[in-house]
This record gives sequence, structure tokens and C-alpha cells, in this order.
Amino acid sequence: MEILISIIIGVLFTVGTYMLLMRSLLRVVIGTMFLSHGAHLLLLTMAGLQRGGPPLLGFDAEAYADPLPQAMVLTAIVISFGVTSLILVLAYRTYKVHKTDDLNQLRGSKDE
Amino acid sequence: MKQLKTNNVMLHTLVRIVSFVVLAFSIYLFFAGHNNPGGGFIGGLMTAAAFVLLYLSFNMKTLKKALPFNFDLLIGGGLLIAFLTGVTSMLFGFPFLTQFFEYVQIPFMGEVELTTALPFDLGVYLVVLGAALTIILTIAEDDK
Amino acid sequence: MKHEVNSKEVVFLTALHWVTVSPFLLAILIPIIYKYTKRIHTGWFVLPLPLILFIFLISNLPDISNGDVMHYSMPWVPSLGINFDVYLDGLSMLFALLITGIGTLVILYSIYYLSKNSEKLNQFYVYILMFMGAMLGVVMSDNLIVLYVFWEVTSVSSSLLISYWYQREKSIQGALKSMYITVFGGLSMLGGFSLIYVMAGSFSIREIIANVDLVTTSSLFVPAMLLILLGAFTKSAQFPFHIWLPDAMEAPTPVSAYLHSATMVKAGIYLIARLTPVFGGSPEWFWIVSVAGLVTLLWGSVSAVRQKDLKSILAFSTISQLGLIVTLLGIGSAAIYFDGVPDELYYTAIMAAVFHLINHATFKGSLFMTAGIIDHETGTRDIRKLGGLMTIMPITFTISLVGLLSMAGIPPFNGFLSKELFFTGTLNVMNYEMIDLSTWGIIFPVVAVIASIFTFLYCAILFFKTFTGKFKPENYDVKVHEAPVGMLISPAILGALVIIFGLFPNILSYTIIHPVMTSILPNITEQIEVNFSLWHGFNTELFMTFIVIAVGALLYVLMKKWSQTQFYLNERDPFNNLYDHGYNGLIKGSQAITRVQMTGLLRDYFVYMYTFIILLAGYTMFRSDAFAVDTVNVSEISPYMWALSVVFILATLAVPFINNRITVIVVVGVIGFMMALFFVQFRATDLALTQLLIESVQVVLFMLVFMHLPKLKKEVFKPGFSLVNMGISIAVGAFVTIMALSAFAMGSEAGFDTIAEYFIANSKELAGGYNIVNVVLVDFRGLDTLLEILVLAIAALGVVSLIKLRFTGREDV
Repeated sequence: MEILISIIIGVLFTVGTYMLLMRSLLRVVIGTMFLSHGAHLLLLTMAGLQRGGPPLLGFDAEAYADPLPQAMVLTAIVISFGVTSLILVLAYRTYKVHKTDDLNQLRGSKDE
Repeated sequence: MKQLKTNNVMLHTLVRIVSFVVLAFSIYLFFAGHNNPGGGFIGGLMTAAAFVLLYLSFNMKTLKKALPFNFDLLIGGGLLIAFLTGVTSMLFGFPFLTQFFEYVQIPFMGEVELTTALPFDLGVYLVVLGAALTIILTIAEDDK
Repeated sequence: MKHEVNSKEVVFLTALHWVTVSPFLLAILIPIIYKYTKRIHTGWFVLPLPLILFIFLISNLPDISNGDVMHYSMPWVPSLGINFDVYLDGLSMLFALLITGIGTLVILYSIYYLSKNSEKLNQFYVYILMFMGAMLGVVMSDNLIVLYVFWEVTSVSSSLLISYWYQREKSIQGALKSMYITVFGGLSMLGGFSLIYVMAGSFSIREIIANVDLVTTSSLFVPAMLLILLGAFTKSAQFPFHIWLPDAMEAPTPVSAYLHSATMVKAGIYLIARLTPVFGGSPEWFWIVSVAGLVTLLWGSVSAVRQKDLKSILAFSTISQLGLIVTLLGIGSAAIYFDGVPDELYYTAIMAAVFHLINHATFKGSLFMTAGIIDHETGTRDIRKLGGLMTIMPITFTISLVGLLSMAGIPPFNGFLSKELFFTGTLNVMNYEMIDLSTWGIIFPVVAVIASIFTFLYCAILFFKTFTGKFKPENYDVKVHEAPVGMLISPAILGALVIIFGLFPNILSYTIIHPVMTSILPNITEQIEVNFSLWHGFNTELFMTFIVIAVGALLYVLMKKWSQTQFYLNERDPFNNLYDHGYNGLIKGSQAITRVQMTGLLRDYFVYMYTFIILLAGYTMFRSDAFAVDTVNVSEISPYMWALSVVFILATLAVPFINNRITVIVVVGVIGFMMALFFVQFRATDLALTQLLIESVQVVLFMLVFMHLPKLKKEVFKPGFSLVNMGISIAVGAFVTIMALSAFAMGSEAGFDTIAEYFIANSKELAGGYNIVNVVLVDFRGLDTLLEILVLAIAALGVVSLIKLRFTGREDV
């Protein structure tokens, strides 16, 4: 399964990167979301998948899945929520002020 | 968001019940966190989801009536609680954020595990709840 | 003759520490003093400090003369071997005396030079005190890193003082030039110090000298030497880095007298002398130091002749005299090369260097001060306008005459003595038993004589053009008269010292010069004899002096003829063009790069970053051969997983091409929920729950924001853009996939024990929790979680401030 997930990660990163390079601010925001999805899966995959039961000691199993990447990814999910919200609101404010979400039009003046 | 003018009796009745179920469940998840899936992050998010549901089906006014305080306070309070938990262990000469636990007998409830991780998790819960609500509702309020 | 070393480790500052620290403390107080005592010249409050320090140091001089060494250590960053060690031996003592002694005189002079009504005295004295403290720090610290810090502080304070009259364009240019050159040198010096640390394992100069074998046998020896010499040469204005010094003459004259002739420019000489025991034994050191000095000597003296500004002449003269001292230090370093042969042949040069260092400080200090007086009283420094000041300013004239005669090397002044010794030193080179020196060695005395001829010539120009001839009142805007007494005290004292050292040079020999030589040549100290006399009999040196005086006088007489040539008319140093071209090129180059790179388009920045990351990381993986695929240890894929994956990939690939807002949100939401399903498959219950909830909340967020935003458009790219974007995206994706596969394969191949074992084993015992993920979050890695919710809080506050806080006035987000 690790190979399959690795390919999925690749797809997520490809699409995320492609959207980052697009002109619409909203697509850029979605691109960052895909990148964080990919990063979360990457962290889990590198540790190996489906080794043993869920990391709950009340759950009687011979082995448990690695809890550390899970804890890391859990914080990462919450943080990426915060970051995505911030970027989204930034995009929203940018549109409100400049009346456009096209990054080609948002580039500064030449002298900057 | 434009307010719905029509009278959605069905929706309102349902949401009233559902949101309280969700709220109750979120509290359960929070307390269960140390031993079962759940905890501060999940509890906080689910509580936030319940309030967002309330907001979506009613309106801002109703939500403000249900939560008559500023959500920013939740963030600050949560951070403070989590930080103080850490400092407390320092008062007893342990490193910052050392956690302790003890099993105690409480009348009517039997043996209960008390841990210092719980107030810390409460801090996490409050920050997550406060942050999620602040983010959503600030944008929602911005109708200009 | 080193008797005992007063070495002590202390926690608090000792008296010796205070010598370095006290100027900084006074500098802090100066603005306050200035504010409340407008009626008294601030200089009077500064003056006592260097005087007290000078007296304190003089009182310690007998101990130093006996060969004692004072050393106090105070830990600063002990983990990196950096201590605030103060160390006072002969060499440090000499410089500390110069800094405080000349400092006292310069501050006294400045009280009369700078008007208390029109000048920003608070700034001036803060900078001067900062410099004084830093310079004392340079010469007294034993630790190379501490030395470096103080070294840079002297560069900064020097720049600030040059730009003291910052309304003038030239002041700013001069300040920048000196800053660029000296800080460039300082940085390379830091590199050299680091290399020394690599070799000797210590930053302490004493320890490095004690373990000098570690340095001399290392392959890093020559690079370290070159880097350090770069620092010393830039600071001491050695060819071709000398160009900053003439421009530094824009500073007020007290500064020129103090920093740019007597003390700061000698920091490089101090460093060369200080490190001679480390590097001195090598032929590279001998050649580089002595040849650089020799070229500087010649270049400086010839250039000085071409100048028309009093201070410019003195500046180039300073450059040439610094070159002279450096040459002598280079020649004298051979004394270490010929270890165990304590012969006068070798150490005379060092003796001459030390002696000339003192003499130069006295006569050049007094000359700068008299030049300042002339500038102050006449309003001009141009020798084409000046003339006939002999009768109008008799005292200034007398002091200048003494200084100039000494500089020209005419008996019985101290300059004559050190010039004779200099000739002896250069003549000795021919007798060195080094390769080819019998033939090439002749260059040293020849250049010495030529440079001395030009030195004589510019001294003559300075003297005759300023003081003799016809006084033309129409050349001056002000009425010319003699300077006030207060202004004359300092140059008079220095002038008196010129005569005293000239007539009784031996008062210096064992009090200060011998201890200094002990510091520079630690291995052959017992036999050094220090003795000066005015009369050596009719020897080669005297003969050389005759040539100098005769040819120099002849050249001055013929000045009318050669003053019409381009040589004289075009006074600008050609090396300035090199600097200017380099400087302009740098600015143009960086502007060009900025124009190409800073397009203001987010896409372009991403393209740069991604390309670079892929190339760098890909290359690293390629080099360390880090590609691997593990097909054995993989877990099984259920049919359910297959289905999920296919849907997931299709949904993801579709997103960039959807132009309907609601559809995009729904698809993105579905992808998020499918992530939760993945987490369920991975036995990560907490993750699945979190992802589910986050996704629900986020979809609401997107809905709210998208309502206000414009419709998505189909993206039309410039031709080529699309292909590049596609290529980069696929490259990123492929790279990450390969990385994931390799990391997994390598991890299972290497068979690392995961640190997770510890958490699984101890979750119950240590934290009393069954949900390991939660235990990791709130207990084992509690600090991470605390900081994470802090980040979340900051993000929330960011959102609030973006929405609620509006900029007043023109909004330009």
C-alpha cells in the first residue's frame, strides 16, 4: 500500500504545485491545501502503514501503529487549518481592496 | 451571508436537537481523550462545528444570544490555562510541563483517574474552539 | 625575561577590564550630560577619562618594563571558548598608552577646534569614546573573537566620525568607502581566526602561541595567514586598500589626528606584530608583509607629492609611513625564521618598527593638529592658496617645522633616528641567508631611499608652500591670526616629545621598546640590546641620508618644471577608479538581477523556488545514491482501498480545471473527507476524527468567503507558460513520490528502532493514558502542543485583524 500512497502523494503534490502557479488567488489557496494533504500522507507513509492496531492501549493488539507520526500529523492538520484560513481571508481582503483576484493584475508597479 | 427569510420550522427544530447532541458528544470526546479517540483538538473542533451549525441554520443574533461573550477570550484563556499547567510543575521543582496523574476514589463515581494533562488539554480545547469560531464568525460578520 | 604572569580567572570586571569598558559607559552618559550642561563644552567632561586611564597605565609601566604580564580572564561564552580576557604585555601597553595619551591631547584639542554652539558635540564625543573603548579592547583582549568584535566597532565608529559632517556628500562617500573596505577586511579576518581555531583549537592568542606547532604544520596555515593579513592590510591602509584613507580626511581634524594617523590605522600593525610569533617563521609571511609594506611605502610617498590639500598630503604620508612600519615588521619576522640565532642582523628591523611607531604618532599627530589649526584659522587647506604664514602664525610654524624635519628624517629629531634604523634594517636584508636575497635584497634599500627622497620632497612642499612665500590676504575669507592657546597646547606637547625622543631616545629603550620586542619575538628575548644613538660614524646609512637630502632638495628646486606635468596636475589616485567601477558595477549588477528576478508575479517566485529545490534535493539524492523502492515489506491493499484511491486521484486531477465555484468547494471537500477515510485505513482514529471535523468547518469557511469572490475563470496562459508549469508540477510530484518511496524503503532496510516504542511502552506507566496519540500530544510532547495552539491563536488573531482593522487613508495592501 505504501507504493500506492506514494503515488497519491505525488498526484497531490503535482496538482498542488500546478494550482500554486495559476493566476487565480483562490486556486492558489486550494493548492496550498493539497500540498498539506500530501505532506500529511507523506509523514504517515514514511513510517509504514497498517502495522498493527490503532495506538490505543485499551485496544488489545499485538502491535500498535506508530503513534508519533499520527500525533505530528494531528497537529499539522490543525495548523494547516489555521494557515489555510489565514491565506483565504488574505485573498478575500485582497479582492475587497483591489477588486481583482488575478495575480497578473496584482503585481506591483515596476519601480518596486 | 444573506439571511433566510422563510420560516424553516423543520430545520430549526432539527438543528436545535442535533446541535445539543453534537455538543454533548463533543464534551464526551474531550474527556475521553486520554484513553480513547478524542481529546482537546477533536473536542474543540466538534464544539465549534456545533456552533457553526447553529449559525448556519439560525443567524448571528441567535448565536450571540447562545454565546454572550467574545471568542477572543477563549483563545487567551486557553493559552493561559495550558501555560499555567506547565508552570505549576515548575513550582514543585520539575521541568516545565511535567504532567502527573493519580487514581482517586470519589464518592458515587468510583475510582477516577485525575491527571494534570486534563487542564492542559482543556487549554488546547479552548484555544481550538476559540480560534475556529473566531475565524468563521469574523468572516461571517463582515458584510461590508 | 618573563617573570611571572599575573593570570587570574575572575567573575567580575577587574581594573584592567574597566580600562576597556569605561569609555563605553561614559559614552552612554554623554547625551545626558550634553543635554543639561549646554553652557560648558562637553569635551571638558570627556577629557578626564583618557587622562586617568593614561596615568593608570603609566603607573603599571614599571611592572611591564620588568617583563611582567597582566592577564585577567572573564568567561563570556565559555561553551565556545570565548572569554573576555584582558591581557597587558609590552605590545598592548604601548598601544594602550598611545590610545589614551594621544586621546587626551586630541580631546583637549577638539574642545577648541569644535565650537560648542554650532556642532553636534554629543554625537562627536559618543563616537570618539566608543572608538577609544573599542580600540583599547582590540589591543588588550587576548581572545581573537573578542578582538574581532572590538575591531569591527572601531570600523563602525570610524565611519560615523568620517560622516560626522553628514550634510556633505564627500563625507558620506568617504565614510562608505572606509566602511566597505575595512569591514570587508574584517570579515575575511574573522574567517582567518576561525581557521586558526580549527588548527590550534583555541581562540586565546597566548595559547595559540604556546601551541604554535599545531598552526605551522597545518595545511590551513597559508589560507589563514592570507585572510588575516587581508584584515590587517585593509585596516592599516596598505596598498592597494589604501584608497579609503585619503577620503577619510573629510572627518574633523581631531579625528584625522587620532583615528587616521595615530591609532586606528595602526590596529593592522598591531595585529601583524601580535601574530608575528604565530606566522613569523614562514617565508610567505616574510615576503607578503615586507613587499606589501614596501609597495605601500613607495606608492604613498610618491602620491603624497601630487596632492594639493594639506590633509591629503598628510594622509598619503601616513599611508607611506604605515607601509614603512609594515615593511620593517616583515623584514624583522625573519628573526623567528632563523630560530636560535639571536642576531642583531634580524631584530634591528623590529626595533626600528616599534621606535618608528612611537615617533610617527608624535610627529604626525602634531602635524595633523597644526594642519587643522591652519584650516581653522584661514578657512582653507589648499597649498596653492596658502603661503607666508610664518610671521602670522609663529607658534604653529615652529611646531610644524619640528614635525616636518622629523618626518623628513633630519637630525637631531626622532624621525632621523628611526629612519637610520630603517635603512639599517633594509641593508641587513642583503645579508639574510635566504634564497636569492643577496641579489634581490638590494631592492629593499633602493626602494627605501627612493621613498625617503619623496618623503623629503613632500615635507619640503608642505613647509615652503604653507609658511614661506608671500602672504596673500585676498585668498582667505577670514582674517588670519594665530590660534588660541588652548588649541596649541596639544601639538606643542607632541612637538616637545619629538625633540625629547630625538635627543634622549634611550629613555624609551628599556621602559617600553624592549618589552614590546619581547612580545613580538618571544623566542629570542634574552639577548636583545636596545640602544639608540644619534651618531654612528660615517656608515652606509648616513651616506643614504645624504643622498636623500641632496636629491630631495634638487627635486624641490626643479618643482616649477615638473609641476606642469600630468603627474602633478592629476592628483587622483588611479586605484580610486578601480573602486568606483567595482562599486558602480555592483549596484548595476544587483539592479539588473533584481529586475530580472523580482517580477512581482507570485508564479515566477514559485518557479524559481521549485526549480532550485528540485535541482538541489535531486542532486543530493543522486550523489548519495538515495534511491530505493521496497516492494517486499509493503502492506496489502484491500479492494476498498483501490476504489478509494482511484476516486481520490480522479477528483484531485479534476480540481484545476473546474470553473464553477460551488463545484470546486464540493470536490475539495470530498477530497478532504476521503483523506479522513485514508486515515481510518491507516489505523489513525484520532486523525480521521480531526480531519473530518476540520473539513466540515473548512467547507463552511470556503462557502462564506467564496460568496464574496468573483467567479473562477478559465485560465489562459502565455504560450510556453503552461508547459513550464506542467513540467515543474510533474517534476515536484515525481520527486516527492521518489522521496517517499526511498524514505520508506531505506527506513525498513536500515531497521531503525522507532522512538515510538518508548511512547507505546511508557504511555500507561508514566502518563496514565491509553490513547497514545493523545498522551504524546499533551504529555510527552506537551511543549510542541503548547506552541502549536499558540500558532493557531496567532492565525485567528491574524484573521481578526485582517477583517476588523481597516487602514485609515489610502489602502494599499
